[in-house]
Formats: sequence, C-alpha cells, structure tokens
Amino acid sequence: MSEHIVKSYDEDLSQLRTMLAQMGGLVEQQLDDAIYALTRRDTALADRVIQNDERVDVLEREIEEKAILTIARRQPVARDLREIMVAIRVSSDLERIGDLAKNTAKRTHAMSDQLPRKLLVGVTRMGRLAQVEVKNILDAYSRSDADLAMEVWRADEDLDALYNSIFRELLTYMMEDPRNISLCTHLLFGAKNMERVGDHATNIAENIYYLVHGKPLSEGRPKKDVTSGMRGDIEGSDDR
Amino acid sequence: MNAPVHHQTLITPAHPKALASGQFKVTARDVDVYYGEKQAIKKLSIDIPDRAVSAFIGPSGCGKSTFLRCINRMNDTIPTCKVTGLIDVDKRDIYDPNIDVVQLRAKVGMVFQKPNPFPKSIFENVAYGPRIHGLAAGKTELDEIVEKSLRKAGLWEEAKDRLAQPGTGLSGGQQQRLCIARAIAVNPEVILMDEPCSALDPIATAKIEELIDELRQNYCIVIVTHSMQQAARVSQLTAFFHLGTLVEYGDTNEMFTAPQEKRTQDYITGRFG
Repeated sequence: MSEHIVKSYDEDLSQLRTMLAQMGGLVEQQLDDAIYALTRRDTALADRVIQNDERVDVLEREIEEKAILTIARRQPVARDLREIMVAIRVSSDLERIGDLAKNTAKRTHAMSDQLPRKLLVGVTRMGRLAQVEVKNILDAYSRSDADLAMEVWRADEDLDALYNSIFRELLTYMMEDPRNISLCTHLLFGAKNMERVGDHATNIAENIYYLVHGKPLSEGRPKKDVTSGMRGDIEGSDDR
Repeated sequence: MNAPVHHQTLITPAHPKALASGQFKVTARDVDVYYGEKQAIKKLSIDIPDRAVSAFIGPSGCGKSTFLRCINRMNDTIPTCKVTGLIDVDKRDIYDPNIDVVQLRAKVGMVFQKPNPFPKSIFENVAYGPRIHGLAAGKTELDEIVEKSLRKAGLWEEAKDRLAQPGTGLSGGQQQRLCIARAIAVNPEVILMDEPCSALDPIATAKIEELIDELRQNYCIVIVTHSMQQAARVSQLTAFFHLGTLVEYGDTNEMFTAPQEKRTQDYITGRFG
C-alpha cells in the first residue's frame, strides 16, 4: 500500500505492526517452552514461562495504548481503521494464547517422573500442531495473507479431532486405574489448553480475513470439539 | 474511462434508510461540463435519493462543486460554462428551455461556503424569498413563515428578540444558520450545501451538522465537503469524485470502512490529494 502524505501516520502504523510482531514472537516462544517443559518435566523452564507471561501482558497494554492514541490523533478510516481494530483484537488473542501457555507450564509441576510416556504422546502432538497453527497465523498476519489465514482456519479441525481422541484415551486410563485421575486431569487440561490455542489462532485468521476483504467471514467453522456431550460409558464408540 | 462503482448493497432493504422513501430526487445521466475548452465533468451519472444526505468528496478541482452547481443551474451565471447530458429533478429535465430558473432555484436551494446574508435585517433575510415568490398572503403569514424557518434552522431562540437587527451582525455560525433559514423559507425540496462549515469553528460546525441531520427528514440534501470526518458523520451516502469523474458512490458506512475502489481508499486515508 502506498504511503500517507503525513509520514508520521505511516510511522504510527508501522510501530503498531512492529509491536505486534514482537508480541507474536514472544508468545510463540512461550508456547514452545511451555510444551517442552511439560513433556520433559523441566520445572525450571516452566517457571521461566510463568514469569515471562508478564512481558506478554505489558506488550498487550502497550499495543492497546498505541492503537487508541492513533485513532484519536489520525481518525483512521477504511483499511487503516481495520488495520488498527484488527491489531487490538489480535493482541488480545495473543495475550490469551500466552495465558494458556502459562497455565500449561504450571501443570509441569504436577507431572511425576513415573508418568507413562505413552500418556504424553497425544498431548505433545497437540502442542506441536498448535505451535504450527500459531506460527502460520503470525506469518499470515505479518504478510496480510488472507489465503494462508484461511488454511490455518481450516486446519484447526485436525486439532479439534485430536483433542476428542485424547479426551477419550485419558478417560480410559482414568477408568482403568483411579490413581491415574490426578495426572490425567492435568494432561487433559493441557490438551484443552492447546485446543483453545487453536481457537484463538482461528480468531486471528478471521480477523486477517476481515482486514484484507473489508467484510467479516460469513461461513461458520464446523465445531469439532464434541467432548462436552461425552459420557464415560461410551468410550470407543465412534458412531456419534 | 472506468465506470463508477455503485454499491449494490444500497438496494438491499436491510441497509439504507436512505432509500426507504423509494424514489430518487435528482437523477443525472452522462453529464459533461465544460469551462471553455476545459472539461470539468466527464460522463457523470448518479441517482440521489430523497430524504437523505449525500456527501460529495474529492480533491480540489475534481468537479464536485461544479456538479453541485449544475443541480440548480448556478453555472448558468458563468458565460463559458457548457452543460450537456440530462439532469432531472423530480423526473423533470432542469435544462429544458421552458423551465423557470427562478422557480427551480427556489425548489433547489443553496447554502454557500461563506455565510452571505443580505445586508438587511434578520427578518428581511428570511422574508425576502417568500415575498418575491408570493408565498405569503399577508403580514401574519409572512411572520409565520419567518418564525417557522428560523425554528427549523435552530436560530429562533437566539434571533427572536433581534429580528430587526442586521443579519451581518450575527456570528459566523449564526449567519450560516440564517442562510439555511433563508433557503428553507421558500419551501425547497432539495438543499445544496457547498462546504457549509469550512469557515466555522467546531461548535458552530456541530450545530450545523445537527441541523443537517434534522433537515434530512424532510429534504434531499447534497453537501460538498473537504472534511472526510464530516462526510462520515452527516451523510448516508457518499460520492467520491476524482478528475471530473464519479469514482465510487454508495453507502457512507461502507465507503469509510471498506471502499471498493483503490482511488477512494487512497484519498480518504490521506494517501494522495
């Protein structure tokens, strides 16, 4: 897009973009570390993730302030206005992803060394998938690439499907041996966190679509998290 | 030449109050305007709805004021100006040789950039039009018209105790409202406003904008403005002119959030002028 006649307006917008890129990078790192800490039971790393969350929150506040100031000073319209609105929304989704990373890191402390490896496999896979989603959606955002954003938006189905199968798997373990319940619950929350990360990535995707096309995405995303209706006695039945 | 973009969303019932009343008040087809050799407007076609505010925006020299002045034949006063094509007000060709231009200008009133009250009393400023058009049967009726017009223009409370004082003694914003009262007094159906707030401070501007919003219940209003924010605030429809052509015309909400033409986008976001 060509430049504004008033150069400081361009600077305002580019600063906002830089801050978001910075926040995106930080959140990506937090997520990465949280998943690593959980799967390796690295409590020191987990504590670092918990501490660093403050930096994410600070960045969100700074982005919001910058956006409000830019609206007040420039009265943006059209694409500029969408750019700023989307920046505010994306930063709030990123902040939530940061929170989910922090919450996942916290659960590292509850993991014991006796945890059977097979229990971790599913959650780790979800973590990797969520990470890829976040990485791709940040790429799509920095390039204003609505097509890539839509790919991420559709790919989130895989994460939902994986979550459903992990839910069932963990349920089985818990029923097998009630001593597993505490551990499995933490893992289940971890998995749920990753599923939520994916949802925030799709929110960002919808915002990128709006930014580029100037209208909200109209089609609804198929909701594949069906666990809210699941009961313990139907595990293994796939015919829902 | 690119055809202008007319937003299709305008036609949907969900959208415009603008078109609720259904008909178009002013219709132009393939209008060309020349000042001597220079072509100021090229093949302009537009439909302007009744009981709505349409804002014309665009850089200086884009033809928006020129076109505005065609709607009540103000351009007739410029000897080198030539207008071709069709402009209808209420489905009547206003460039028809049989049309009474004085009547036309009563029906299509105009408010200018600088408030220009006559050097007469406030009362006379408003009463002049109705009197020469024979709209009042007697003194009482004339008084009524003056009061009604001043009330509609939001000036009555401020002016009722000084009706005999010169209109030029009012503040800029009051003078502009006086000019609006003067335009309203002859029962117009269309009110053209050529940058009516550019000489006013923000408070006086707000009062005029509030007035415009009230007037649109009863009139077809067309306003030329250099202030994007003003266009966004007061109008239901916005037309963007550039280099003598109508580039895009549609729902104001859409024009200021997601315009379809790159030139519109560049102009309203301050990327060229």
